[in-house]
Amino acid sequence: MLSKSKVTVSMANSVNICLEFSGGAELLFDMVKKHDVSLPGNSQPWTIKSLLVWIKENLLKERPELFVQGDTVRPGILVLINDVDWELMGELEYQLEENDRIVFISTLHGG
Amino acid sequence: MPVSCGLCEKRAMLKRPKTGGALCKECFYNVFEAEVHQTITSASLFKRGETVAIAASGGKDSTVLAHLMKLLNERHDYGLTLFLLSVDEGITGYRDDSLETVKRNQQQYELPLKVVSYKELYGWTMDEIVRQIGLKNNCTFCGVFRRQALDRGAMMLGVDKIVTGHNADDVAETVIMNVLRGDIARLQRCTAIVTGTEGAIPRCKPFKYTYEKEIVMYAYFKKLDYFSTECIYSPNAYRGHARTYLKDLESIRSTSIIDIIHSGECMSVSVKKDVKMPTQGTCARCGYISSNELCKACVLLEGLNKGLPKLGIGKPHKARLALGLTNTTGTTSTSGSQRKEGCQSCSCRRHPYAVVNDTSGCKKDDGHSKDDPTATDSSIKQEELGSNFSTVGAVGDSAAACGCNSEVQKGPCASTVGVKALCGKDDRNTPCACKRGEAQTNKKALGNSRAVPDLDF
Ligand SMILES: [Zn+2]
Ligand SMILES: [Zn+2]
Ligand SMILES: [Zn+2]
Repeated sequence: MLSKSKVTVSMANSVNICLEFSGGAELLFDMVKKHDVSLPGNSQPWTIKSLLVWIKENLLKERPELFVQGDTVRPGILVLINDVDWELMGELEYQLEENDRIVFISTLHGG
Repeated sequence: MPVSCGLCEKRAMLKRPKTGGALCKECFYNVFEAEVHQTITSASLFKRGETVAIAASGGKDSTVLAHLMKLLNERHDYGLTLFLLSVDEGITGYRDDSLETVKRNQQQYELPLKVVSYKELYGWTMDEIVRQIGLKNNCTFCGVFRRQALDRGAMMLGVDKIVTGHNADDVAETVIMNVLRGDIARLQRCTAIVTGTEGAIPRCKPFKYTYEKEIVMYAYFKKLDYFSTECIYSPNAYRGHARTYLKDLESIRSTSIIDIIHSGECMSVSVKKDVKMPTQGTCARCGYISSNELCKACVLLEGLNKGLPKLGIGKPHKARLALGLTNTTGTTSTSGSQRKEGCQSCSCRRHPYAVVNDTSGCKKDDGHSKDDPTATDSSIKQEELGSNFSTVGAVGDSAAACGCNSEVQKGPCASTVGVKALCGKDDRNTPCACKRGEAQTNKKALGNSRAVPDLDF
């Protein structure tokens, strides 16, 4: 919908997005909840799947297995794309757009 | 390609794990709240006029529970009086924030808050316990102590029921753990929506059928204020593995959680006839419900106080052997009758459970406190342990009833717990002048660590 009006083709698929980690997931990221990141140009459009690889290589400080498992997020971590459940958005295949806000909420911590 | 809500025209915001249906925010709120209300009414969890303590940890489940209890109580006019009840385990750098969260909840929901601490009740903080026993088994202590602490806090408040934030995921997880451990007695209890044997305050789980994902999404969309972090002392907890396993299963088969709960319910029904349930009695030392002569907390405390921290961790009979106790199965008396018979720790005849209602308590502060062994002094003889001791553990009940345990750990007067304070004074009628209790109450909070959110069901 909204996204269609926003043409973001500029430099070879690079995108600026906002990442948020909460519910305890921030513990894996130096307790920093909000990260504004620029994903560099890429031959392929960025997807959640490639984002996860990027996060693992660039943001995760330790124990990546607590965040990613295989090529997806660890079960028990919810993913919201612009506040919408990623299960309604194509999950790993969702293509990132400029200014997207991706939220990761752990349900595995704190009762 | 936005998906639209299954109930209205709006854009769907989440996919329900329970049904696979897609809902917009508003419809999700309605369904979520209606289902909890439905759970409450169909199980007849409350009666008009009752007072109910919401076990509040500052975590997501209890925060959402507090929100819902308040909301539904007003919307459907349940006629309940609500309290928030928190346990402060005494974990530095971990409980502080969660207490802050609980205190904010207290204001947001305008509910009175009561905090009870391990230090006051047992004479030991979790920090001190960990210093003594290391990082192994600490969750055993934490779980046992928390369970009793909640009960004791609830008794002090004089409530009729306790509600906990255990959700469907927690219940399924507990079913798995009990199956893996072969713990049939617990398996039976863990799927019950109301637990509590005679003499104990009933505990209810209004979220028994509520998925964790929905609780988290509800909190997120409603911007509820909750606290989340890992218990710093619970790496590798057994529950953690069960949880991971469950989540893995769920990712393959979305109905796993409700299926497992259902299996647990079926097993507990079929098991009922043939499994001998331990006789419920009361702890000889503290009066807490126990199927053994000494309750688990008292055994653990005894170990701590005697410098034998392994006591009570392994096989129960070993511990009891070490304590010089003979029978390992239930004492014959029921909790109910013992309760009426009075304090088990001294001859005062005060109710072991007097904490709440009988605030006058036992004035016989000499009773056990003096010869109370223990405490940190590790040279007690076994015979003494057998009958006469009222260690801190007892703490809670009998201790409180007799005001005896206070001295043991030189600090907290169990009787004044939370309200009056850590004066070390025995007289339960006299508020402590030191105010330490209050200060402490305000400083720390507590809550359940998730790793072990009082999941002992
Ligand atoms: Zn709708
Ligand atoms: Zn713990
Ligand atoms: Zn006991």
